[in-house]
Amino acid sequence: MSKPKLALYWAASCGGCEIAVLDVEEKILDVAAFFDIVFWPCAMDFKYKDVQAMEDGSIDLCLFNGAIRTSENEAMARLLRRKSKVLVAFGSCATEGCIPGLANLTTKEEILDWVYHRSPSTVNENGVRPQPRFHVPEGELEIPEFYEEVRTLAQVVPVDYFIPGCPPQAPQIVNVLSAIMAGAPLPPPGSVIGAGEKTCCDECGRKREEKRIKRFYRPWEIVPDPNQCLLDQGIICLGPATRSGCGALCVKANMPCRGCYGPPPNVMDQGAKMISALASVIDSQDPEEVQRILDQIADPAGTLYRFSVPASLLHRKRTQVTA
Amino acid sequence: MRTITIDPITRLEGHGKITIFLNDDGEVANCYFQVPELRGFEQFCVGRPVEEMPRITTRICGVCPEAHHMASVKACDAVYHVEPPPAAKKLRELLYSAFFVSDHTLHFYALGGPDFVVGPDAPPAERNILGVIRKVGLEAGSKVIELRKRAGRTVALIGGKYVHPVTALPGGMAKPLTREERDEILGHTDYFVEFAKFTLGVIENVVLKNPAYVDMILSDTFTHRTYSMGTVDANNKVNFYDGMIRVVDPDGKEFVKFHPKDYLEVLGEHVEPWSYLKFPFLKKVGWKGFVDGKDSGVYRATPLSRLNAADGMATPLAQQEYERMYSTLGGKPVHHTLATHWARVIELVYAAERAAELARDEEILSDKIRNIPTATPDEGVGCVEAPRGTLYHHYVTDERGLLRRVNLIVGTTNNHASIAMSIRKAAFGLIKRGAEITDGVLNRIEMAFRAYDPCFACATHSLPGAMPLEVEVIDSDGTRIAVRRRGC
Repeated sequence: MSKPKLALYWAASCGGCEIAVLDVEEKILDVAAFFDIVFWPCAMDFKYKDVQAMEDGSIDLCLFNGAIRTSENEAMARLLRRKSKVLVAFGSCATEGCIPGLANLTTKEEILDWVYHRSPSTVNENGVRPQPRFHVPEGELEIPEFYEEVRTLAQVVPVDYFIPGCPPQAPQIVNVLSAIMAGAPLPPPGSVIGAGEKTCCDECGRKREEKRIKRFYRPWEIVPDPNQCLLDQGIICLGPATRSGCGALCVKANMPCRGCYGPPPNVMDQGAKMISALASVIDSQDPEEVQRILDQIADPAGTLYRFSVPASLLHRKRTQVTA
Repeated sequence: MRTITIDPITRLEGHGKITIFLNDDGEVANCYFQVPELRGFEQFCVGRPVEEMPRITTRICGVCPEAHHMASVKACDAVYHVEPPPAAKKLRELLYSAFFVSDHTLHFYALGGPDFVVGPDAPPAERNILGVIRKVGLEAGSKVIELRKRAGRTVALIGGKYVHPVTALPGGMAKPLTREERDEILGHTDYFVEFAKFTLGVIENVVLKNPAYVDMILSDTFTHRTYSMGTVDANNKVNFYDGMIRVVDPDGKEFVKFHPKDYLEVLGEHVEPWSYLKFPFLKKVGWKGFVDGKDSGVYRATPLSRLNAADGMATPLAQQEYERMYSTLGGKPVHHTLATHWARVIELVYAAERAAELARDEEILSDKIRNIPTATPDEGVGCVEAPRGTLYHHYVTDERGLLRRVNLIVGTTNNHASIAMSIRKAAFGLIKRGAEITDGVLNRIEMAFRAYDPCFACATHSLPGAMPLEVEVIDSDGTRIAVRRRGC
């Protein structure tokens, strides 16, 4: 019997997911022995034509990392969906949009205008801007279309499973691949795999007393007690609104969680979940004082939705329409 | 009007692209190097709290998040006018040195090294890390894996997380190092030094003892006389974490030495309509196009440039190797692009020695690792040497420390113009009329860029992390006659 076929691909991502896969160390040899790795641009020669020539559905498992930012990202997502039996959104970018998804709080025009015209180091007296097609004396040169917004993989094609994390932690990757290689039955389509079923708080060793607070602190403002819950100390920590699975690494290093493992089970919108967690810790019944305390949260959208703008109910900045 | 039809396949692929146009005689008419990606970090970070930037900008690149973490937190220190305690600086530099060891190792053994160790004309299937292992010995492979593991562990112990560390914040570091953790790190840094010595042996035995390789390094096809940039300490020795930026001219004479905060007086970025990535140049010399020499503002910021721009290395073994390289290659400065691989190994030695020094410094165990900022935040520039060149983060905030403006010039971008020039020169030098364009020829053209270890995830604040590349050769009828792609 031939080996199951595995593909790994990166779209709009930083490469950290690839490093995380390599980080499984010796286990990678088991993976290489079990699967026939048919496509992995990071580690093997690029064989795009081979993918196109494959029968539809002939890749057994495709781990797709990265968000959809350009026309080529989208084309690759569609191609790999067609060729794969099981398509997995691997990592925060593919699952939720991640940090690159913060671009949905601005616009394509603002991005291009800054980079090519307004940035202080740019010297561009003729107002040149990169063009998808440009004629040079010898012929025509092309670069892909930069889209108006960042989309998650599932906003472009149907996705079977989601592995969260920025990046997914190596032990979780090992768990998932080991289960598949052992022939474990697959969970229902749409499931989040390679993560826990609780919140980040459940993996955090700090003592939580659900204290009421009068003000919020930014991480640089105080040295927190190393044994006490950061939220109890007034530092915004997304632990209560974040799925378990990472081992609470950041919190153990005295830094607050920023939510890279996405919303916990049965929560659709991570930011909304965090707002309800914050509402329960504010020590005031007076609406004006509550407002004053909430105003101390610098950049609510960029903090509560740090990793999830495209997947959230916000999705993107709405253009103001005036009558 | 002749139309070049680019096969739809090529539009689907996200990576760097070299297009070589041939004229009617089959000679190179022109050659373009395009970067097809952009993400826009500078714009979408506006409005974010500045202290979050060390955790946001790590996501520019998963291969070198440590570089962005450090440049970013140094910019934050400057924005808040706060000086971290000495122990915090040492922790940052130790993390950073471990990262440098790991990153330079990856490049030497997996990405750039195969061209030398296995040979430029070896079959493509041999020109990879497995080929290197076959040539150098199985032991080398396990050493590389062990090295990467130990370096990753060192980064995680200090930074909290291996990919995308989190502990640097304005005024210091969030987590002190315990004695137990330090003792573990001591074992790792000793391993770094042994590994660096082993790698010097590989350079010596496999590359320098092969006259054909040395001839190729010294050949004109792979040479550009440009300005060189790098960070130096108070004694003008190479430093990765902190110092002044020094630029020397093509003759090796100091052209300018400046504090990173003054980078806008020195650097400008040129825009071309056919690539998303800009081309930095020295403003005082000016943008004169894709040409080298003293009258062109093109400069390089690579391992070789850093060695050219400095007077030496701050650790003993690295200094010894520094002197040996220049005496072997005919004195300073060296403009042979392929010598960058050698310079990278000398930097690997320095990073390993520096890591071992810092790990032995008792002050690194101090729990005084934070100074709480008290000044009103306004503006700051943070700068480190990333493995691929000088990295600048420049932030302007409001009085609450929310970002108003962000400007980034990253490692690879510094070298964008010279990378394009090196590829063009190699194409003109290697593709001859009527001669077959062999895989070896195309690989040599790739070698011209691979010496820079380019990372266009960083450069475009985009992706992917390493550098998948495509080379197309198009004849005068617009027919694509050769295509070559590779993953990293």
